[in-house]
Amino acid sequence: MIKPRQSEKIAKVILATAAAVTVLTLACILGYIFINGLHVINWEFLTSEPESMGSKGGIFSVIISTIIFTVTTIVITVPIGVTAAIYLTEYTKKGFGSSIIRFGNEALAGIPSIVFGLFGFALFVVILKPITGGWSLISGALTAACMILPTLIRTTEEAIKAVPNSFREGSYAVGATKWQTVTRIVIPSSLPGILTGIILSIGRIVGETAALLLTLGGSIFIPTGLTDPASTLSMHLYKVAMEVGAMDMCYGTASVLIFTVFIINLTANKIMGRMRHKKVA
Amino acid sequence: MFKRSQREKAYSIILFGSALTALIIILLIAGFIFKEGIPIFQKYGFWNVIFGNKWNPSNMIYGLWPMIIGTIYVTLGSLIIGVPLGVLTAIFLAELAPGRLVSTVIRPSIELLAGIPSVVYGLFGMTTIVPLIRSLTLRIPAYADDPALSSGYGILAGSIILSIMILPTVINIAEDAIRSVPPDFKEGSLALGATHWQTIYRVIVPAARSGIMAGVVLGMGRALGETMAIIMVAGNATIIPGSIFSSVRTLTGNVAIEIAYSSGEHTQALFATGIVLFIFIMIINSVALAFAKKEV
Repeated sequence: MIKPRQSEKIAKVILATAAAVTVLTLACILGYIFINGLHVINWEFLTSEPESMGSKGGIFSVIISTIIFTVTTIVITVPIGVTAAIYLTEYTKKGFGSSIIRFGNEALAGIPSIVFGLFGFALFVVILKPITGGWSLISGALTAACMILPTLIRTTEEAIKAVPNSFREGSYAVGATKWQTVTRIVIPSSLPGILTGIILSIGRIVGETAALLLTLGGSIFIPTGLTDPASTLSMHLYKVAMEVGAMDMCYGTASVLIFTVFIINLTANKIMGRMRHKKVA
Repeated sequence: MFKRSQREKAYSIILFGSALTALIIILLIAGFIFKEGIPIFQKYGFWNVIFGNKWNPSNMIYGLWPMIIGTIYVTLGSLIIGVPLGVLTAIFLAELAPGRLVSTVIRPSIELLAGIPSVVYGLFGMTTIVPLIRSLTLRIPAYADDPALSSGYGILAGSIILSIMILPTVINIAEDAIRSVPPDFKEGSLALGATHWQTIYRVIVPAARSGIMAGVVLGMGRALGETMAIIMVAGNATIIPGSIFSSVRTLTGNVAIEIAYSSGEHTQALFATGIVLFIFIMIINSVALAFAKKEV
């Protein structure tokens, strides 16, 4: 029989090992990708066009496409997401209606991206082809917008809920209407939280591939309009890895992606940290 | 000029419209997937499609069973590896780790793990884990001669990659559950003379059981829905796998691989694949929700 003190020690070692394995796994992935990818990244790689299906050259047009695609998706999602969150937190009481809406939101958050892809393909690419141009920037952006909407609504709701009630009461007390209170008091105070939600959504858009494979078209040229096909870094990486097999290019692209995610996480944490700081003060 | 109260009313109606969007989208998704996929079930019979063990679209044979089994295998495989690792890490984070270590190293690591795009996991898997498994299987005589079993691509590689990908989900939710156990429980146990570890596994973990289960089930949903990474490491053969080294195709992979060159009935069959996936996910999410509710 093991004594309690011994089992205590053993258990703590096992728990610490598990955490260490988790961190080391990440370190392995980062190390492996960077060792193979960092030497690929230079000014030329970032600023020249992909050549022969992406097996040579750089990723310039793909970086620009990714930015255009991300901005388009955010522009579509943010107005809907933020206003939906305002309604759910400020305008509705707990009841049947709001619980149905919340259920829809939660269900949407759990849908796998490939199913969003199928939906986007059926609706935006096939049925709405005369408007969207089939596989195109706008088809991809609308599909991605559906995907990130629930996350954006949830993070915005959290941000709005964190605004102290005394702010609202103060506003009402000086005679402001509900709308005035929302737009001049609640939204400005919850802006850092909303911004964090938007930044995290950007991370999700940049990392997404499956849904875009079915809707975005995968052209390596910079789209000149909403109905042109486009590509993103993740999608480009997949195509080059699976169809071309130019691994050097993949490691380089993967390193750029990891850097992007890293910067996104850092920025989100900075904003959240500053907000917490303010609240304490 | 409209009156103030009229404007207020208009704003609230517009906001309500926005709030309905998510609900409308989920209904549209269900509507479109079912509309496009149902004809295949009607034409070939529901059970024939679900349990048909041959997928050969060029001969109009649409059996989804290999992909259903494949999905279940890699999902279970990822849980076998990922859940112990994730739950133990969560316990460490909530109970033992010094706050500094958590906030400077472990938490950012988990956030980064969650943020890394799935194609990067796929790339890592196909260039490290797959060759590793290949060299292992080539040493086993029974497997070495069979290219389908010694390619390195297959259930094992898929399970390992997915297990890494579900870690953030499992860790975050399990940790939240453990942290939300009232401190009185812990204090009571320690006051009775129990050691910290005894308190953890006799008091804290049982009290957080529902929340931990919610994390596990949501991790399962993540594994089930993952597409890109799994395509890149699983081999994608439409066979019913007979070994953990065997090539395998998932439901998600089936759609992503074939939709680009499909047409007509073949496309409908891929939507039917989507229906099966949709139903799986709905079941899993309801179970997770039930666990999460029980926690309170």
